[in-house]
Amino acid sequence: MQVPILKQGPYLIATVQSALTDDDLKQLRDTLVDQISQVRARGVIVDVTALDVIDSFATRTLRDVAHMIRLRGAETVIVGIQPEVAFSMVKLGLTLEGVATTLDLEEGLRYLQRSGKRKVQEHEGRPHR
Amino acid sequence: MKGALIADELRVSIDSDSDIVSARQKGRELAAQCGFPSTELAVVATAISELARNIVRYAVRGEIVLRLIDNHGGKRGVEVIAADDGPGIPDLTLAMQDGYSTSGSLGLGLPGVRRLMDEFDIVSEFGKGTTVTVRKWKR
Repeated sequence: MQVPILKQGPYLIATVQSALTDDDLKQLRDTLVDQISQVRARGVIVDVTALDVIDSFATRTLRDVAHMIRLRGAETVIVGIQPEVAFSMVKLGLTLEGVATTLDLEEGLRYLQRSGKRKVQEHEGRPHR
Repeated sequence: MKGALIADELRVSIDSDSDIVSARQKGRELAAQCGFPSTELAVVATAISELARNIVRYAVRGEIVLRLIDNHGGKRGVEVIAADDGPGIPDLTLAMQDGYSTSGSLGLGLPGVRRLMDEFDIVSEFGKGTTVTVRKWKR
């Protein structure tokens, strides 16, 4: 099951539509890391609202996505983790440390816009040599 | 661990990635039949996912058996048996520790499954295989 990836402004939005196998997850990771430079995206949103299970492999892959995208110079937000999924993840001992998460897509976009502005301010605030 | 079978058991053979997904979906459906609330359905499905992945990763193939059970006192629950005839686990104490892994994974599978479920039992014989039996009772 391929995950459709849409470009909206400077962002890539990957919306998971149904359960993903380990191979699907790996493919999503590789595609996102690859596409980020093709479209010169500044941020990536992975919408996992449709996932009813996020197990250790999925968590690790999502974390890898976020860290790889950061190394490529952009930001990632995971949006829409369902309450029962969050419950199971915590019980299992899984965290998404160092990875931004928001309630839904709308909040995710807002997060990326804010973090983009912060970056610009930091850049402009730097003393010139 | 005692419990009587109250419905036909469901067997899912596990030998690829996609079997992990179908095993957890079938487990969720079975637990839903039993009337588990949605939080517990996610818990059961997540536990099955970890157990099935262990089979694919360490034993290549095996089987997940899903059963609805009764504790003779009117309490109902779901039982999951994950069995393989793979290499077995050389050191169970280590394997049950958070963060221990021989495959580069997060090492949360077995100890995590124990935290997710109400009952947990593991039998592993080096060179012969591993059987994990877990249960979740409906509250």
